[in-house]
Amino acid sequence: MILLIGFSLALAVFFLIMFVRAGRQGQFRDTYTPSVRILFDDDDDAEASK
Amino acid sequence: MNKETFHYDNRTVKWFAYATMLWSLVGMLVGLLAAFQLVFPALNFDLAQTTFGRIRPVHTNAIIFAFVGNGIFMGVYYSLQRLCKARMFSDMLSKIHFWGWQLIIVLAAVSLLAGYTTGKEYAELEWPIDILITLIWVVFGWNMFGTILKRRERHLYVAIWFYIATFVTVAVLHLVNSVELPYSWFKSYSWYAGMQDALVQWWYGHNAVAFFLTTPYLGLMYYFMPKAAERPVYSYRLSIIHFWALIFLYIWAGPHHLLYTSLPDWAQSLGVVFSVMLIAPSWGGMINGLLTLRGVWDKVREDVVLKFMVVAVTAYGMATFEGPMLSFKNINAIAHFTDWIVAHVHVGALGWNGFLTFGILYWLIPRIFKTDLYSKSMANTHFWLGTLGILLYAVPMYWAGWTQSLMWKEFTDDGTLKYQFLETVVQLRPFYLLRSIGGTLYFIGAILMVYNLIKTIRSGQAVNDEAAEAAPLSDEYVPHHKEHWHRWVERKPVQLLVLSLVVILIGGAVEFIPSFLIKSNVPTISSVKPYTPLELQGRDIYIREGCYTCHSQMVRPFRSETARYGEYSKAGEFVYDHPFQWGSKRTGPDLAREGTQKLRKPNAWHFNHMYEPTSISPGSIMPRYPWLFENDLDIDITEAKIKAMQTLGVPYEKGYEKIANQDLMKQAEEIVADLKKENIKAMPQKEIIALIAYLQRLGTDISAEPINTQK
Repeated sequence: MILLIGFSLALAVFFLIMFVRAGRQGQFRDTYTPSVRILFDDDDDAEASK
Repeated sequence: MNKETFHYDNRTVKWFAYATMLWSLVGMLVGLLAAFQLVFPALNFDLAQTTFGRIRPVHTNAIIFAFVGNGIFMGVYYSLQRLCKARMFSDMLSKIHFWGWQLIIVLAAVSLLAGYTTGKEYAELEWPIDILITLIWVVFGWNMFGTILKRRERHLYVAIWFYIATFVTVAVLHLVNSVELPYSWFKSYSWYAGMQDALVQWWYGHNAVAFFLTTPYLGLMYYFMPKAAERPVYSYRLSIIHFWALIFLYIWAGPHHLLYTSLPDWAQSLGVVFSVMLIAPSWGGMINGLLTLRGVWDKVREDVVLKFMVVAVTAYGMATFEGPMLSFKNINAIAHFTDWIVAHVHVGALGWNGFLTFGILYWLIPRIFKTDLYSKSMANTHFWLGTLGILLYAVPMYWAGWTQSLMWKEFTDDGTLKYQFLETVVQLRPFYLLRSIGGTLYFIGAILMVYNLIKTIRSGQAVNDEAAEAAPLSDEYVPHHKEHWHRWVERKPVQLLVLSLVVILIGGAVEFIPSFLIKSNVPTISSVKPYTPLELQGRDIYIREGCYTCHSQMVRPFRSETARYGEYSKAGEFVYDHPFQWGSKRTGPDLAREGTQKLRKPNAWHFNHMYEPTSISPGSIMPRYPWLFENDLDIDITEAKIKAMQTLGVPYEKGYEKIANQDLMKQAEEIVADLKKENIKAMPQKEIIALIAYLQRLGTDISAEPINTQK
């Protein structure tokens, strides 16, 4: 049981580190345009939008 | 900036899509068989390989790991490349991943049907397959992180975060829950025992739902739903917040599967609190998905892809509302062990996973093959058949769950239980039939889809390598002179993440494993003794035949249960159980006290009952087990089993493994002699004798003498 809490905490800490790292890299600075940009990337009609 | 031209790998996506279609039909067909077996026991065909106890794990594993698993990889391989503006890291790894996963599925099906199972739900696969899963999962992660590292888009879209969390958490869950001690080439015992095994298993079990059926699918929702609607997600900010909240909360929710069991109260409460909190991020995701369609609801009327997705996200919302509700102890007291849970998981599996997968397939196949969907009206028919199927499945199961639970708990005016267990089973058969019809409708819909998609594929031409172009990421870092090694780690986020995980896990392992192994906080009970060799062999037959899929071994501390089964279960009774067999469903009665005075039956009763259950219990839907009367018990393996148990800390005397078979034969002869008194001719070396020995042992440890609890 203690083992599980250990692993669960380890995961949580791991995710926390990921979160802080990602925040520092500016991953969350832009909270709008990524959602729009994914709509214009690859399809055959993508050329039209460029 | 110079644009680079490159190609997306559609071939692997295509393969995973084919596999998704194939395994969806297989998994559902096996599920249908299981459903009909509960109405017409003759459909067990009196064969070991086709009996419910083995069919049910094949169904659950096929749906989770074959159908949904391939669906995940299909969606991830398609979306990750586009989100990273890069081809998958390595075609070779993609190939190994694909074929390795299909190999696992085939091995899983064959081994489960052959009776090789660990007896832990959704983790039934034996140790060689566990190792193979680990290897293939690493290949998947390697390929994914490789792609992320060579991406041409700096920002990691929220879907990628969901994929990363899926990879990391599933890896940890699988490794921790699969710690087992092999005693032969295909069989092992769980390293953990009893209550601890139950906790580890349901920590895994719940997170299999969370990180295999939920997080990757949320990632897919965040990519494919905006794509299909041609609208950005309602709130990108909300998607980020709900992602982090979800993964922080999910890993603590597992104990809600063990409410009112012998698990310590504080662990139960921990599970309840986190489960209830989960409603916030779960509904954040659902609302974000549905509101993505704001302004384009007219498209939902036209577009079958969006229809599937809307129902999928709605089902997700319902299932994640129900989950926290079921985690309240008072509601759980009613719902646990009943068909309510079956309804709950099928709203999730048929609605959320199934419909989202169908929506993605209908969107993706025409794109990869540069053609239009063969028949829109057929897809619409699929949609309505599927939706009706879900309703016809879920409603009778909810009804059945409440009915059975209320019947279990009903007392007469003079304070005795009103219903025999068998009466509740008979009462449910019409509901089981309705459920089977619902499942059939859903299955017919899926067949239509596969036909429709095959026609679509035939009419198009696969674009296996799709050209794309994007500017490379600018170099962030130009080294000065000699640099500290740590700078290399800092520059590469993924290395940093992986290394920190390794560090944390090693730290956790060093700190916790010794305390776990040396001192358990299970109060020991002096009268609880290890199983005799014959009982141990019988227990392994019990596991092999999947008895746990219908019978629990956990008497909860309610009057209605102690009146029916006897003394409620204590953690100390299970300390030699590798694996635990508490079960999660009572299609048949609880067996934790089967051998005690209150419930004890003659050996002859068990003998006849296992051969032909309805001869003793008219109306029973339990399968027959004729092969147990023909198969000889494998006593050559007894020594290895006892040895393995000794390694796991079960106190058999030193050297006992050498003479265990003498005791085994002696006990078998006694049972045979007793059967002879009832004019039953039996041979001591048959498997049925071992199973009877085990069933007669159940629960007897603490009824023989007053309970003496020592710390």
